[in-house]
Amino acid sequence: MLKYLLSRLLQGVVCIIGASVIIFVASRVSGDVTLLLLPPDATPEQQRIMRHELGLDKPYVVQYLLFAGRAVRGDFGKSYRWQTSALKLVLDRFPATIQLAVCALVFSVVVALFFGVLSAVYQGSWFDSFGKVFALLGQAMPGFWVGLMFILFFAVKLGLLPAFGRGGLKHLILPAVTLGWYSVAAQTRMVRSAMLDVLDSDYIQTARGVGVPRWILIWKYALRNAAIPLVTMLGVYFAAMLGGSFIIETIFAWPGVGRTVVEAIFARDYPVVQAGVLFTSIFFVLSNLLVDLAYGFIDPRIRYVR
Amino acid sequence: MPDVNHSPLLSVEDLKTYLFLRRGVVKAVDGVSFQLREKETIGIVGESGSGKSMTCLSILRLIPAPAGRIVAGRILLDGVDVLGLDEKKMSAEYRGRRISMISQDPLTSLNPVFSIGDQVGGPFRYHGLKKGRKGIREAVVDVLGRVKIPSPAQRLKAYPHQFSGGMRQRVVAAMAIACGPRLLIADEPTSALDVTIQIQMLQLLEDIQRETRVGLILITHDLGVAAYICQRIAVMYAGRIVEFADVRTIYKRPSHPYTQALLNSVPRLGEKKKRLFSIEGQPPDLLTPPTGCAFWPRCERKLEICRREYPPQTPIDGEGYVSCWLYK
Amino acid sequence: MSVAPPSQSAAAAQTLARRRGKAGLKGFASWLLRLPWFPLLILLVVFFCATVGPYVTPHDPGALNLSMALKPPSWQIGGTAAYPLGTDNMGRDILSRMILGAKISVIVAFWAILFSGAIGTLMGMFSGYFGGKIDMIIMRLVDIQMSVPALALALILSASLKPGMTTVIVVIVVTYWTWYARIVRGEVLSLKERDFIALARIAGCNAFMILLKHFLPNILNTLLVLATLQLGSVIIYEASLSFLGLGIQPPDVSWGLMLSDARPYISVAWWVITLPGLAIVLTCLGSNLFGDWLRDTLDPKRRQL
Repeated sequence: MLKYLLSRLLQGVVCIIGASVIIFVASRVSGDVTLLLLPPDATPEQQRIMRHELGLDKPYVVQYLLFAGRAVRGDFGKSYRWQTSALKLVLDRFPATIQLAVCALVFSVVVALFFGVLSAVYQGSWFDSFGKVFALLGQAMPGFWVGLMFILFFAVKLGLLPAFGRGGLKHLILPAVTLGWYSVAAQTRMVRSAMLDVLDSDYIQTARGVGVPRWILIWKYALRNAAIPLVTMLGVYFAAMLGGSFIIETIFAWPGVGRTVVEAIFARDYPVVQAGVLFTSIFFVLSNLLVDLAYGFIDPRIRYVR
Repeated sequence: MPDVNHSPLLSVEDLKTYLFLRRGVVKAVDGVSFQLREKETIGIVGESGSGKSMTCLSILRLIPAPAGRIVAGRILLDGVDVLGLDEKKMSAEYRGRRISMISQDPLTSLNPVFSIGDQVGGPFRYHGLKKGRKGIREAVVDVLGRVKIPSPAQRLKAYPHQFSGGMRQRVVAAMAIACGPRLLIADEPTSALDVTIQIQMLQLLEDIQRETRVGLILITHDLGVAAYICQRIAVMYAGRIVEFADVRTIYKRPSHPYTQALLNSVPRLGEKKKRLFSIEGQPPDLLTPPTGCAFWPRCERKLEICRREYPPQTPIDGEGYVSCWLYK
Repeated sequence: MSVAPPSQSAAAAQTLARRRGKAGLKGFASWLLRLPWFPLLILLVVFFCATVGPYVTPHDPGALNLSMALKPPSWQIGGTAAYPLGTDNMGRDILSRMILGAKISVIVAFWAILFSGAIGTLMGMFSGYFGGKIDMIIMRLVDIQMSVPALALALILSASLKPGMTTVIVVIVVTYWTWYARIVRGEVLSLKERDFIALARIAGCNAFMILLKHFLPNILNTLLVLATLQLGSVIIYEASLSFLGLGIQPPDVSWGLMLSDARPYISVAWWVITLPGLAIVLTCLGSNLFGDWLRDTLDPKRRQL
């Protein structure tokens, strides 16, 4: 078990390093950053000075190593806009993103369990058909458009919920639901399919045979088994939420890392962009890692074998 | 305890269970009647698809709905018609409490993510027989001991996959007898076990019956197993009982051609036959069963009338009967 | 709980019907009826808009007419029949822009899927067939790439390269090739041990020929299904990028761009923010449903293609 853990951790580290390379390369792909930072009438001499200041005249590999070396120590440079540590900017906004992602995950899991279990129990009924149509439509809708529609409906037309910003529970609802929307369809399908398999199994038949009442049969005995695939995938879904946060935070003006990065991209504020994306990638990798580890703990069969 | 209660514990009267599929109707159980007394063991023998499992699922009312439905008949347990009860009562007072089942495959009969203490505690908990963690725990340890699981108290937190097949079958048996049922149905309890373990399982069933006076229905396709433990045997074919007699009659003087064919197909030690006997033909397609007696296409002694009408029951020695035109 | 899962019996019934093989005109007619008409219709409409559409738009999609700005659709008060779906904040006809947007979306999706599919398939085949170091490197590359959230990577790339149609295609290719690589690798691995591959090797075919002549036809089905199912996803992806301003740029038209333009006016003009989104939803729905149908028909148990 320990060996497996270590090897997965190592894999994760490799991924993070690789991610940092990709991020580095992607930011430099256009070539000369100075042209974007300096006013258009800057002289070549000024460009040269700036390039030297930013270390852009060194070979790329050296630049990367410097970047990586500093990054490990937490130094991503200063934001071009705010002149404060880029990492600090990102870290300050990280709790907001995590809060949103966690709420979105909770929302999607609750909905998926509810609809998935009931669709399986009442397989073939109108509820099931409705659920299928709902899932189909849900997958076809872009998340950001769903967010816009929510704003249109709940904020503009009905005036029930605020359209942007972070505040109390009311502010959390629309962004969390929109962000969770991405995964609800897939999760519901997974729960439903797993539940159908479990309900057909011999051990549920045994439990029924000894007189376990119906609701306990479904929500305790069957669900514990059916939830296994879902729970093990929670890490993947959480990672998906992190990915979706960029656009959702922008729509709802949620003060998280996603929105900050998007704004920074437009402002050509590379240190912030690099810090933000790398940080998100680290969490991304960690979430996926958790998936493999979780699998070992949730299913007792594997727990004891390892 | 007052002995010899001769009124039947279980009385199945003309039970009919049909499966309504898209392709047509399958008459899985088509008019089955028999009686079972306390402390008695009846074996139901037949090929796959003969209706033996369906009969017992009908008694427990666990037919897969919505396709399956019990369309006719009565099932009287201690005089109460089980088919007339509402589901809530059935689940709370009968299933697992008065009627129990030991299912076939021990490897898949237990929930892999719950400990055996949890699962065996289920029947106690849900029938309100024991209250409180301590009470249930003691009851679980007690019943596990009765099925001869070694050191039950230490193994309460263990999971099913940590047990062998034979042990798992005992755990399933423990769940079944936990609440002291009046009727116990064992659906092929030995089919998935090694031969040496099979005997142990059968002995366990006998012990349980001796202690609790439970009526036992044993479903099997293995004639040897049936002979070991049953007093009477019902031979089923295509949803009906074709012969019902005490075990000695079945083996020494089988009446129905199907029973005879079954016995012939079991090779005996010491016998030298050139070819193994097997019954010609295929089991009937239950969607379009043959008219008249369902066995006539494969019967070596068929008469003209067999094709037209289903034979009535003819009594044979003891309390048995056979459904065959040869004896009318 | 039912006896047999409905989907299984439905599939079995389908197989039965197919095997009975009604010949001739009757067979053709019944095959025609069994086609998935709803998604096909949607896809045909989109295709029509993409190809012929731009030539038959009621108005010039780019024509500004500030006096007609933010007119509601024709069925609402204040709307006119001249602008059936209303106008946006610059007085441009929504319907015409949506038709042109279809063209752009289809072009982007086509090239993006083509290139990502090609690259991904190639990588997947190399990875699966040659195994060993090559497999490790390629799969490591896939893992690393998938460690960076797709949209983030897309944003960075788009910002670095100049935003525009080509950039969007490049970005999508960079993101999506990994899916194809993984799936193709899986298929290749399962096919690798089959006898006909061993026979080809014995016959003296070199690796390239084997990959091309033997593996490719067998994975074509999967690729086709994957590509169809990806269509919706790619369109949403492009729309997201355009919405953020890092995708399609004016004067090109994209549904995502239309939504971004409409955002400031969300409280006064519901149609500008709703209708282009509906176009995305319908296109996605069509491609998803069609992809599902394709996957069911091309089930390996009944190899048709």
